[in-house]
Amino acid sequence: MDTNVLFIFILSIFIGFEVISKVPSMLHTPLMSGTNAIHGIILFGGILVLADAAAPLARTLGFVAVIFGSANVFGGFMVTDRMLQMFKKKKK
Amino acid sequence: MSSTIALIIIGVAVLFIIGIKLLASPKTARLGNLVAAAGMLVALLTLHKPTGEYVWSQGWPLNYTLIAIGTLIGLVIGAIGAYSVKMTAMPQMVALFNGLGGGAAALVASLEFLKPDREITTFIAVTMLFATLIGSLSFSGSIIAYLKLEGKFEKPMTFPGQNILNGLILLVILGLGVYLTGWGANTTAFVVLFLLALFFGVAMVMPIGGADMPVVISLLNSFTGLAVAADGFAINNLAMVVAGTLVGSSGTLLTLLMCKAMNRPVTNVLFGAFGSGGGGGKGAAGDLGGKTVKPIQADEAALLLGYAQQVVIVPGYGMAVAQAQHQVRELADELGKRGVEVRFAIHPVAGRMPGHMNVLLAEANVPYDQLCEMEAINPTMDRVDVCLVIGANDVVNPAAREDKSSPIYGMPIIDADRAKTVIVMKRSMAAGFAGIENLLFYKDNTRMLFGDAKASLQTLIAQLKAS
Repeated sequence: MDTNVLFIFILSIFIGFEVISKVPSMLHTPLMSGTNAIHGIILFGGILVLADAAAPLARTLGFVAVIFGSANVFGGFMVTDRMLQMFKKKKK
Repeated sequence: MSSTIALIIIGVAVLFIIGIKLLASPKTARLGNLVAAAGMLVALLTLHKPTGEYVWSQGWPLNYTLIAIGTLIGLVIGAIGAYSVKMTAMPQMVALFNGLGGGAAALVASLEFLKPDREITTFIAVTMLFATLIGSLSFSGSIIAYLKLEGKFEKPMTFPGQNILNGLILLVILGLGVYLTGWGANTTAFVVLFLLALFFGVAMVMPIGGADMPVVISLLNSFTGLAVAADGFAINNLAMVVAGTLVGSSGTLLTLLMCKAMNRPVTNVLFGAFGSGGGGGKGAAGDLGGKTVKPIQADEAALLLGYAQQVVIVPGYGMAVAQAQHQVRELADELGKRGVEVRFAIHPVAGRMPGHMNVLLAEANVPYDQLCEMEAINPTMDRVDVCLVIGANDVVNPAAREDKSSPIYGMPIIDADRAKTVIVMKRSMAAGFAGIENLLFYKDNTRMLFGDAKASLQTLIAQLKAS
């Protein structure tokens, strides 16, 4: 195994803790929704396995994974933006 | 991995980190979301296979058509969900999207694990099984959380020995995991593991009351993040490792912050079975014995509000259900015109998700400076003439301060009862989401305005305009 990946993994844990240590509670929901969209990167995992799928079952499941991942990433960013849009509108 | 790909991935990671960072501050939150989305787009356009080939330069075999169709279907589902959902149902939507992500993570890991003729190290096998387990329990758990927020079986479902049964299931899952790691890909054993993990997600969330769903969704969100990171290890995709881990760790912290706002340890939320442990709370309700509530009519309430100097409005989930946020703003405007100082007291966990009330009131164009956090408003509560509680219950229950036997004892609350007069708008005398009797309703300075929040508010506004 490539230890570099493990190194990056450990550092990412600390960064994740660090970046949101001071977040007001009113932003908890958008933040949860925003990070929810970021793990939608699983779409790429779906694309990569479907790209190499050969058996019909693997194709079907890969196809489902792509749909799920795509809904996660697009829906996630859009719903977060919709939430935050309203915070912004009334700032003036 | 070529150095160009490495540089791109570093750029993507930086965009994600900056995105989350900006999301954590009110002024920059929207930009943060867009920055993270930009990172995602860059990652998609530069996607490489683990072998280093650029994904989009492989000609166009059948699988690519499937990828395009699948992505498009997901995009449409996501867009319809994101833009049609009512603001009150946001938490459910986040739960659903999270569940889909978890399901995708589990499927990706499964397909990699069951790939014929693969050669993997023990470490990679473990990450694949981990992603399968966590991803599928996040999938089923999120769906249960979604249903609970939709009002289906929102009561905690418990039976004797439940934690023991869940522990046993987990042991079987771990046993299967060890077997699959050591003795290769046995499809039957793998499918059993997958199904058990799905079942475990259901069993884990079912005993938790609907009021705790925000914490559960946040936890499952970080679970999905970890599953995605594990998938990243399995298919050697650094961007997925970084993104998944960031979500996993920030989500864990967010979960803990939410529990802190409710003054409950996370273990209590997950294994405490809130409602069923409410024996103490029921005892307290019995003590109320002869006490009765005092109802009030809308015209009298309007009079009290119209001649007050300071009014504090405490919104809760009832306001969300009644879709009454616009009427609430109208009432606040009307009172403002009459020279009444109006503020909103926002409890960190009012509604079904932290920040839920802020989102709703923002939608109704309530100015920021009228929204006050609990810590800011409590010291001024003694000077408040009328505290108007709209559909909030547990977050204003003085039992959290006074009744040591209450399950919510110790939770920080908005001290509504210290206002000179409290008007509680409520549909009926049903207990709050936590299933506990509310001592506030029985206080001498409390008046109950029964009825649908929206209708009652409209009457109040009409009365104020007429007088």
